[in-house]
This record gives sequence, C-alpha cells and structure tokens, in this order.
Amino acid sequence: MVKKVRSHISQNEQLLFEMSSPGKKGYQLPDLDVPVVDPAAALGGQAVRKEIEGFPEVSEVEVIRHFTRLSTWNYAIDLGMYPLGSCTMKYNPRVNEQVARTEGLAWAHPYQPESLAQGMMEVIAALEGALAEITGMDAVTLQPAAGAHGEMTGILLIRAALEKQGNPRKKVLCPDSAHGTNPATAQMVGYDVVNIKSNDLGMVDVAELVKAVDGDTAALMVTNPNTVGVFEEHIVQVAEVLHSKGAMIYMDGANMNALVGVARPGDFGVDVMHLNLHKTFSTPHGGGGPGAGAVAMKAHLEPFAPTPRLKFENGLYGWDYNRPDTIGRVRAFYGNFGVLVRALAYIMAHGGPGLRNATMDAILNANYIRKGLEAFFDLPYQSPCMHEVVFSDDRQTKKGVKTGDIAKRLIDYGFHPYTVSFPLIVHGALMIEPTETESKAEIDLFIDAMQSIAREIDEDPQMVLKAPYTTRTSRVDETTAARKPIVRWKPSPAAS
Amino acid sequence: MLGAIGVSHIDELIAHIPAEARLNRPLDIPAGKSEFDIVDYFRERGDRGANGYPTFLGAGVYRHFRPVVADVIVQRSEFLTSYTPYQAEIAQGTLTQIFEFQTMVCQLTGMEVANASMYDGSTAVPEAAMMAVRITGRNKTLVARTVHPEYREVLDTYTKHQGMPVAELGYDAETGRLDMADLAAKIDSDTACVIIQSPNFFGTVEELDALAELVHSKGALLVYVFTEAVSLGLLQPPLQADIVVGELQSFCISPAYGGPFAGIIATKEKFIRQIPGRLVGETKDTEGRRAFCLTLSTREQHIRREKATSNICTNQALIALMGTVYLSLFGKEGLRELAVQNLSKAHYLGSHFEPRFSGAYFNEFVARVGDPEALNAKLLDEKIIGGLPLGKYYPELADSMLLCATEMTKKPEMDKLLAVAGRSK
Repeated sequence: MVKKVRSHISQNEQLLFEMSSPGKKGYQLPDLDVPVVDPAAALGGQAVRKEIEGFPEVSEVEVIRHFTRLSTWNYAIDLGMYPLGSCTMKYNPRVNEQVARTEGLAWAHPYQPESLAQGMMEVIAALEGALAEITGMDAVTLQPAAGAHGEMTGILLIRAALEKQGNPRKKVLCPDSAHGTNPATAQMVGYDVVNIKSNDLGMVDVAELVKAVDGDTAALMVTNPNTVGVFEEHIVQVAEVLHSKGAMIYMDGANMNALVGVARPGDFGVDVMHLNLHKTFSTPHGGGGPGAGAVAMKAHLEPFAPTPRLKFENGLYGWDYNRPDTIGRVRAFYGNFGVLVRALAYIMAHGGPGLRNATMDAILNANYIRKGLEAFFDLPYQSPCMHEVVFSDDRQTKKGVKTGDIAKRLIDYGFHPYTVSFPLIVHGALMIEPTETESKAEIDLFIDAMQSIAREIDEDPQMVLKAPYTTRTSRVDETTAARKPIVRWKPSPAAS
Repeated sequence: MLGAIGVSHIDELIAHIPAEARLNRPLDIPAGKSEFDIVDYFRERGDRGANGYPTFLGAGVYRHFRPVVADVIVQRSEFLTSYTPYQAEIAQGTLTQIFEFQTMVCQLTGMEVANASMYDGSTAVPEAAMMAVRITGRNKTLVARTVHPEYREVLDTYTKHQGMPVAELGYDAETGRLDMADLAAKIDSDTACVIIQSPNFFGTVEELDALAELVHSKGALLVYVFTEAVSLGLLQPPLQADIVVGELQSFCISPAYGGPFAGIIATKEKFIRQIPGRLVGETKDTEGRRAFCLTLSTREQHIRREKATSNICTNQALIALMGTVYLSLFGKEGLRELAVQNLSKAHYLGSHFEPRFSGAYFNEFVARVGDPEALNAKLLDEKIIGGLPLGKYYPELADSMLLCATEMTKKPEMDKLLAVAGRSK
C-alpha cells in the first residue's frame, strides 16, 4: 500500500511561445533621463536587428503562473526523500539563501576596489580555512565552478608539479568504479587513462595497483568512500604505492559526506582532492547547478594553484596575480562566490561537533536501510557501508524487472528514485544515499516502499514494468528523443 | 535504529576505518552558531562593501535591474531543491523550462541548437574551441586580443595539454575592432577556429561579414563570444558564426563578486552531436503526450568516460531559469527597449570623452583619461567606483579606462563622474 502520497490535480500548461499574444509584456522600465539615442545612428543601420522572432509576449501574472505550474511538475528535497547515491541530496537550509542575497555581497562587482571587497575576501578566507581543516590539507582554491571542474584543476596541479620535476608522465589510473568524470578529466589534461579492476570487496585491488604503477604513472584518481559506499581500507597503503613511484593520489570528494569530522584525506595520504559544495555542504542543486568544486591540496602543490590567490598582508586581504608556477585560471573572476557564501553558512550553523554528527547520522541512515532491504535485494559487496548502500537487481531481473523499472515504480510511492545503474561494476545497481536529513519515519516509509515493490515484482512483474502510474507523464520515450533530436520550439506550420 | 542494525554504539559503524586514517580529535571549527549570528556575520561583511556607490564597472559583469518575480520563481522549492532531471517523469518542470531556455537562446543568437547552459562565459570559450577541433580535425585556435582577458586565460589553461596551440590576433588601433590584416596573415589550413567577441572587451561592435568570409574561406569555424547579453536585444544575431558562446549574467543574475553565472553555447544543427554538456529534447510519453527529457547523452562523460566531448557534468539550471523568467517578462519589445536605454546612457556618458576608438559601441567604451588610477582614487573619495583601468591587460592603453553605463546608471551619477573627471560640458 502506498502510504506517503496520493494523486492530486496538476495543471496543464503550454510553452511560453504558444501562449504569447502581441503587445503583452511583464516589465516597466524607468523613464529615460538622458536623450534617447537612435540605434541605427549609433550602431549603423545594418548592425541593428529586427524583432526577435518568436520571442515570448506575456504578462507578469502569466509568467508567475507559467513557472509556478511548471514547478509543480518537479519532485524536490523539500517534498521528500531524494536518495540519489553519490549526489548527497540533503536539506538546503533557507538561511543560506537569505545570506547569499545580502546586498553588499550580492551586488559586489568582481573588479570593485579591494578596499571595498574585504568582506567578500574574509568570507573566502574563512571558507578556505574551514575546508582545509575538514580535509586535512594545507591550501584550498575556491575557483572551480563544479566537481568535474575541480577534478580538472586537481589533475592540472599534479601535471604542473610533475612537469616542474622534469617529466609530466603519461597516464592516470582510474578504478573501474570511478565516476565518468574522472577518466574524461584525465583525458582533457593530456593523460592516457588506465582502468584498475576492483577486488571482490569493492575496493581497489592493491596487487593490481602495484602492477599498474610505474614511472609513467602521474596519479591515481580514487573516490573514498568509493562508489559502492565502501571505505578503501587499504588507502594508506595505496597512497604509499603511488608515492614510492613518485606518483600522486587524487581524491574525488563526491562522497565526503561520509568523512567530515571522522577521517581526513590529508591524513591518509591524499595529495589533492575536490569537494562538491553542492553535496557535502548543502548548497542547492537547483535542478542541475550552480555548484562549486573547491580543491584542497597539500603544500607541495600550492605554488601551482590557479590565479589569483587570496593573500593577507599588512592587515588587508588582496588578490595575488604574481604566481610564476600557476596552472593559470580555470574560470573568470574568483569562483562561484554566491555558492561559497551558502557553504560557509552551513559550516557555521553546524560547527565542528555538528558536522561530525551529520556524518554519523548519514552513515547510520544508510546502514539502517541496508538492514531493512538486504532480505529483499541482492547485496553484491558484504563490506561495511558508509553513507550509501549499493544493491543489485540480480534477484528482480529473474522476473524481468530491472533497476530502472524499480526506480520508476518508487516514484508512485512518493520518493525520488535512487541512482540507477551506477557504479558500472555492479550489475543493475541500486545506489541509495539517504543523507543525514531524513528522519527515521521517512526512512521507514522508504524501506516499506522498497519491500512492497519487491513483493509486487514477485506477484505481478508486468505491473511494475509500466510504472509510474501517478505522474503527469507516463514513461517518456528517450530513444526517439535521441534518434530525432528536437531541442528547440518552432512554430507549427499550420499556425502560421 | 542501532538495535535494528545490530550495534550498540554509533561509532561501531566506522570501526572498520583503519586507525591511522581516522581523525581522533574534534574538528577545529567553532561550535554551531544561531541563525541570528549567521545573518549578522554576512550582513556585517556586506556592509563593508560598496553599498550605495554608483559604479561604472562593466568588463564582463554588468549591473542590470532584477525584477522581483524572477527571484521569487527561483526560490520555489521545486526548482531550488531538485536535482538534474534524469528522472523525466518527475522533472517535467525543469525539463520544460530548459527547453524554453534553449529555444530563447536560439532566437537571440540566430543559431539552430543550444544546450542547457555552461558554467559561465569564460569556460564556454575553450569548450567551443574543443568542439571546433573535433569538427574540423584541425588543432589551431586564433583568438582576438579583444576577447575578455580572463576568458583568454581560461582558454590557455584548458588547451595547454590537449595539443591545441592558441595564437592571438591584434586589434585595429583606430577602430578598436579586429585587425583583419593580422587575421589574414595568421589563418591557415591548420586553423580550427577564430574566436572573436562582440561587443568586444572595449565595448566595440565587430563587423562580421568580411571576417566570417575570410574565416570560412580557409575552412575554419567562426566562434562568436559575448559578455553583455543585453546587446543581443539590439544587435544583429551573429548568423555568420558557427558557434556562439557567451555569458548570461546580464539577464537577472546578481554580480555576486563574480559568480555563480551561466554560459551558453549554441551552434548549427549539423554540429549537434559535438556540443558539450546537457541537452533537453522533446519527445512523447507512452500515451502520446508531449514530454521532455535529457537527450544525446552518449556524448557525455557518464556514458563515454574518457571518450566524451567534455568532462562537464552539470549545467547552471537555476541561473538559466532566472534568465528564462527574466526574458519572459521583458519579451520581444522589452529586451529591445532595455538595450536602447543602455545604448542611450552609455552614449550620453561617452559623448563627454575623447573616444579612444572610432568603432561603434553599445554600453561601454574606452575613454582616454590620462591617469586612470588617479581618477579612480578621486572618484572613490566621492564614493563613486570609476571605470576599469586598462593598463593591466593592455599596456599600450595605460592612459585609458573602460567605462560602462546601464539602465541603472542615473544621469546625476554620470554628471558627478564627469565633474570629477573635468569633463562637464
């Protein structure tokens, strides 16, 4: 029985372009207090465009209703549990939204005089300091715009340091459980990618690693806990293997929500890592960005950090552009400052003890789900799990139902699906990360829903294959979308 | 919960972490603060900024009025606290809006396809160059010196290790536009793309026809960059370009000390499979109703891994939403009216200065002022933030600054600047 939700009315809505009528508008500009300039005279007639064909013409209330109606077609954390593994969908505190809108911060121009930017720089310095403490690293750059951007920054740092020693080397090792961004990043920084097989505990196989690491190896990109939610128990040894050959260890910090206050990558041998501030530090995902990908590094990599670097001299903060060994800029200005404000607000609200409590609650919730579901779904790795648990659909595929189908059925029970079919080393993965946000009551509903679906699969697999039943749209045809891509609206020939 | 799991203490759940990897002390971060303290902390830091100062800074980040409605919409929980719309059946809100966004980007730029957005304008530039390299099978990039200096730095960082040499093209000292002779001398059969910005970093509008003809005659692609999106309301769409990239900050995104912003990338239909990042496509559900979903994901890292078009794994959905709401409010007429106000304000200010370049400009221009730093110091005494001194980026323009005026710049503020600069008529 579905306990969490029931159907209710959802409004239909056309596209903006289809609801436009000539002359409608939703704005009012102030009166112009200077003489109006004729565009054709100022720019040359040929440089001036005619009307923007097809552009919307709607009123303010139509705009409000349009986007509010669309919003009701979305699921969101504020509606309920969102157990996407490796995505850390935790509550996004609303105070963070308010402080990011503080006038002096939100309207600060990146080129305004440094004397009028001390407040912003203090925020940046405070966040750099807190993240260095949390990761056990020596320095932090907040410039990267997202996790994958942070990965690129980190691998560029490694490359620059090796080049300075005389040889950038040729290859980067990635476990087969790695996020797809890892190999894609290594390739963008000019490295060949070598995949390393995981052992039957879901961990990096140290014997395989020893065979793979040689004088051409620049780095290993490792996620810890890894994508099956398992802490790499031999991580210290792994780091030693790399360091003994002059290679470095990069850590993908996507799963840092399992470690804050409990273990620090800098203490277990990591040279450089990124943090997804939109995961571990609660800044909203916003339907897919903006995020921020802070990079924390050991002192030996700091000379290569992106410019500009924040400096503190004679009681004032400033930007240091004179950094001869820098990898250069990875984006314009100083990073996604508005996201950084939110992350610092999260850290301040929790404090050191609160951050550790959040980690432990996230681990507790994942283990509780594991216990509640292990009799119903196949658990490919018996190793203890941290903040997420990965099942496989092996038992359900015998009835013809796959992880993606279970995910769709879960929607009918009022939950966002878990992460589907990742990591690749697990056949038909169900990757579940509850985060610390969820109460026991919400998690019990989730376990109940998953158990119920497992029973449905035994009794009536055909029913599950057609889920979801309660959403605005039934299953969406992704194959046709990719075969004949339509990526923009066009007026229908009949209408014109 | 502990009982159900079968442990007696929560710390048993992390007992398998080896002792040498564990943190055996509390984090050195002060205990949690109240909401009051947090709001106060950031307010105090904001108050030491430039509240109330008129400013004439542009240079890639522009002050435009932000309609209240747009900020209300982006704070809807269903947009703010949702994830990337992989599960189409419960993400039609975000997917529909991105489809509208992609359409508007096409309408504004004259391109046929656009993606769901990029990190920002600066990172969209190297992504465009990488795309051009994939399309042409060539490896060289030519970039105008009048492309935003920080964008060019980002281009260098990205291309350095991908076997993609980058060379710069000068500008015409008279007009401030691209130096066509320099382009003719440097373009060759290895050139994958030529990257220009318009209005360029000097605010000058480039003339595309001859430029595009030369680029295409050599088999290279033309990449058009913009930093001031409002210009698209007035200027001809860059139909001559093959790839258009730019920064959306002007569409309702607060300057926020440099981010978060959002970039766009748009191109011709024939290049759709080489576009990086996320794309939303139209399709149907099993009942035949219109629906939207993420599409062509075989280009992307989570499928292709090291063979992907880019390592990019996100867009800037919420920022793009803000831009979409903004453009809906302004619409067909409003964007033009807004652009005319920008043009008028900048030309009022500009008419009082000796123009450094003769080329037409939109809402910013280069003024020869002698000692820009000294002028800015005098302005700061009057609580005015002046223009951007150009010597740091262009040593030959050390006597000049870049000045910007938007619809938010009031005439009395401009008159005060002119008085301090000794430019009142």
